[in-house]
Amino acid sequence: MKIGSRIYLFLVFFFLYAPILVLLIFSFNASNSTSVFAGVSLQWYRRLLHDSATLQAFRNTLVLAVSSSVLATVLGTAAAVGIDKMKKGPAKTGLLATTNIPMMNPEIVTGISMMLLFVFVGRLIHMDTVLGFGTLLIAHVTFNLPYVILTVLPKLRQTDPNLAEAAQDLGCRPVSAFFKVVLPSIMPGILTGLIMAFTLSLDDFIISYFTCGPGFQTLPIAIFAMTKKRVKPDMYALSALIFVSILVLLLLYNFMQRKSDERARRKEK
Amino acid sequence: MKRHPTSRFNVIASPYAVWAALFIIAPLIFVVYYSFTDAAGAFTTENVSALSKYLPTFLRSIWFGIVATLICLVIAYPTAYLISQKTENIQRTMVLLVMLPMWMSFLIRTYSWMAILEDENGIINGFLANLGLPRVHMINTSFAVILGMVYNFLPYMIMPIYSVMAKLDRSMVEAAQDLGGSRLTVIRRCIIPMSMPGVVSGITMVFVPSVSTFYISQKLGGGAFDLIGDVIERQFQQSYNYNLGAALSLVLMVLILISMAVMNRFTGDEEGMAI
Amino acid sequence: MKKICSLLLAMVLACLPCATALAAPDQSEIDALRGTKLYVYNWGEYISDGVDDTLDVNKAFTEKYGIEVVYDTYDNNEVMYSKLKGGGVSYDVVIPSDYMIERMIAEDMLEKINFDNIPNYKYIPEKYRNLPYDPDNEYSIPYTVSYVGLIYNTDMVDEAPDSWTALWDTDYENRILMFNNPRDAFAIAQSVLGMDYNMESPVAWKVAAELLMDQKNVSPVYVNDEVFNKMEGGEAAYAPYYVGDYLTMHDNNEALAFVYPKEGVNYFVDAACILKGTKNKRAAELYLDFLNEPDVALANAEYICYGSPHSEVYTNPDYTYYQNALLYPEEGAFKTQLFTNLSPETLQLMSTLWDDVKNYIPTAGSGTHDFFFGEVNSGSTEQTDGKKLTPEARKYAICIGVFLLLCLAYVIFRYARKKYRESI
Repeated sequence: MKIGSRIYLFLVFFFLYAPILVLLIFSFNASNSTSVFAGVSLQWYRRLLHDSATLQAFRNTLVLAVSSSVLATVLGTAAAVGIDKMKKGPAKTGLLATTNIPMMNPEIVTGISMMLLFVFVGRLIHMDTVLGFGTLLIAHVTFNLPYVILTVLPKLRQTDPNLAEAAQDLGCRPVSAFFKVVLPSIMPGILTGLIMAFTLSLDDFIISYFTCGPGFQTLPIAIFAMTKKRVKPDMYALSALIFVSILVLLLLYNFMQRKSDERARRKEK
Repeated sequence: MKRHPTSRFNVIASPYAVWAALFIIAPLIFVVYYSFTDAAGAFTTENVSALSKYLPTFLRSIWFGIVATLICLVIAYPTAYLISQKTENIQRTMVLLVMLPMWMSFLIRTYSWMAILEDENGIINGFLANLGLPRVHMINTSFAVILGMVYNFLPYMIMPIYSVMAKLDRSMVEAAQDLGGSRLTVIRRCIIPMSMPGVVSGITMVFVPSVSTFYISQKLGGGAFDLIGDVIERQFQQSYNYNLGAALSLVLMVLILISMAVMNRFTGDEEGMAI
Repeated sequence: MKKICSLLLAMVLACLPCATALAAPDQSEIDALRGTKLYVYNWGEYISDGVDDTLDVNKAFTEKYGIEVVYDTYDNNEVMYSKLKGGGVSYDVVIPSDYMIERMIAEDMLEKINFDNIPNYKYIPEKYRNLPYDPDNEYSIPYTVSYVGLIYNTDMVDEAPDSWTALWDTDYENRILMFNNPRDAFAIAQSVLGMDYNMESPVAWKVAAELLMDQKNVSPVYVNDEVFNKMEGGEAAYAPYYVGDYLTMHDNNEALAFVYPKEGVNYFVDAACILKGTKNKRAAELYLDFLNEPDVALANAEYICYGSPHSEVYTNPDYTYYQNALLYPEEGAFKTQLFTNLSPETLQLMSTLWDDVKNYIPTAGSGTHDFFFGEVNSGSTEQTDGKKLTPEARKYAICIGVFLLLCLAYVIFRYARKKYRESI
């Protein structure tokens, strides 16, 4: 049974990582093909360093993912706390139902509807270039919000409401009671929401495709624009670099976590 | 801040309420508006009546979505369960490993799948040929499209199911075991019912993007399996027919909202979903 | 290639001082533009970008004039048009294809260029001036010129094809690639039928669509950029694509060959234009002029691999594709046609017909003809309402129905069980 479960997990992870393996291999290709392997070379990594457009798109993607996930986490956590405190009623039900809309709405509909809104507002205020970083940020925050709210809410429900009250009874002001007592207990939920939002924002192509504007192209959009010509293998090199660096970070984090766990255990003894 | 949660509306939620009204509700009004107007802005129902032509595409998209979702569920459920059985440290790592592929652009990952599935030069077929086995035609079939969907959206199924399972009260499971429940009985009677909220949100998070995707079907399906997402994208980007595109979007949205509402109704989870 | 690159670099270095000297007359006007921004919207992978010691055109422009280039890319003419027409964005320079330029002129989206500010226009020979899409040459400066043709894999095809009908050859089922955009796909059908690419007759368009539906018998794979992977990897026997791209594919797979089919091919010109409403017209003109500096034009021609309309490029013996018979064929060697702008009705019809082609499933045997004429009609959709579902759609409908029934059965079962348990 144990071996069976190991094999099963291995197969699932193999499935998840098979294309990434392919991507790693082709990033070392000597030719510019992504289907014929012509020998090992580092040329795409070298080219990547000189490819300012791709690097700029990568920077844009990162900036957008970080800012939208942070903004969504702050806004979403506040919303979750507020919703949690509300009494059952139309306001609460309505707000919760609205929260589910971006999750249930197909991405393409979300993207298009937001584009229509932005363009309309742009016409209203006579602005030529309304699409850009701002609209991308709004769009990304909007589709990230539900994920944050829905990860934080369950955590809030698990925390004992008496905890905050007790802190207040002990002389804490409501605000500091929240920061000292409630926030730490829902922190895991907030972090999960943040990672989730970051991942979604990084991976999003469809919504960005419709809401992006001059001077702020993200990586997926730049890749999609190569549709007439070939997709350059330096994109593969970039992906490979991202992958390896995250993997290293992950292993380091895991290692450190294990160390601190051990220390805690020793202390207990 | 009130000490007892008795208010009908809480001030802290108001920034979000404003945001939701502006950027969730208002855009939908535009979709409805464009659906029922023509290019000149006059009221018309032509867009909606033109939809019957796209019925086969709708049916195909929905069927592909259902199949992809079911396959994801079958793969993800044991995975999530097995992960939740590991020690906390390993769990954390594995969850991040599940998310990690999503940090690479999904366009590039889909491209990689093309390299794997091709007929002549594909990795799988090359492997089969080396073993002396016959080649299998995979690329540009419905199989490849569904595989692409399963691959891309599998993490969205594993994540919510896992997070519900990780929160399951271990003591309860142990109590069930102590009361003489076999492993299978415990899973069937205890774990499955309690993980339902995760399953529901997993189904939502996989079904919705599967139905509406347009890139996967173009690259892996060879353009022969037009999905509704392809048609909508063409209306907006190629044909500059916002009105028809909006009408198609509206129908897609309503279909999905209805099916999700029905599903939520029968799984009896009234307060949103778990992630 | 390496030699060319170093040569190019030397040329750039040699040209920079003389270029600054040339720009002397209205220097103060140009100096005033320092620090401004220029928004350029171009095809993806359509400008020399500085990797491998080539010329980074945008960077060189910024270095020369101090004008920052904000550079974005699009994947096809229609996307570019939708983005601009949809509003919410504004650019200064854009590089559409011929028919799209005509459409944008007709819709008053382009700004007239002041050719006094484009001294390098002298390098554009007469045959690339006054083309039908811009008859008086007021709005555009050619950037690339090229042809569509038929690529085939000599490992799979024994006899060199000479006709587009090869794309209908049932011997190569699943091994035929096709354009995944309506205009180019229809052009091939129109060539086979001996039609004008720019015809406005709805009946003729429907006949062309019928031919494209006929092609479904060979299960063509509709592709854009995947054509590179698939042809290089030897996955397909035939593919229509642009001649310049064939040349780069040939570098990766020697077995590929190219032919201009006898029925005629599409000849296209992508040209740089300035958009109406530009806030930096003088800088845009500087940019257009810069694109036509001999070294810049050469770098771009090398990078893009399409034909160049620049006389200093195609007469340069050091140019990789100097006198390349495919890229610069003899005039009149084969029939060519330019795309022109179609009327909105025809565009609408083309888009609807294309949806039909994509969703068409060939029924076995001879029934295709009747099926086709029974189905398609322009504009109104009343007649399609009554039509029966295609077999494939019926299959999906049945599957979905069965699935829903199963769900319903499960819900009823659960409900019954619950009631039963309560009753005990």
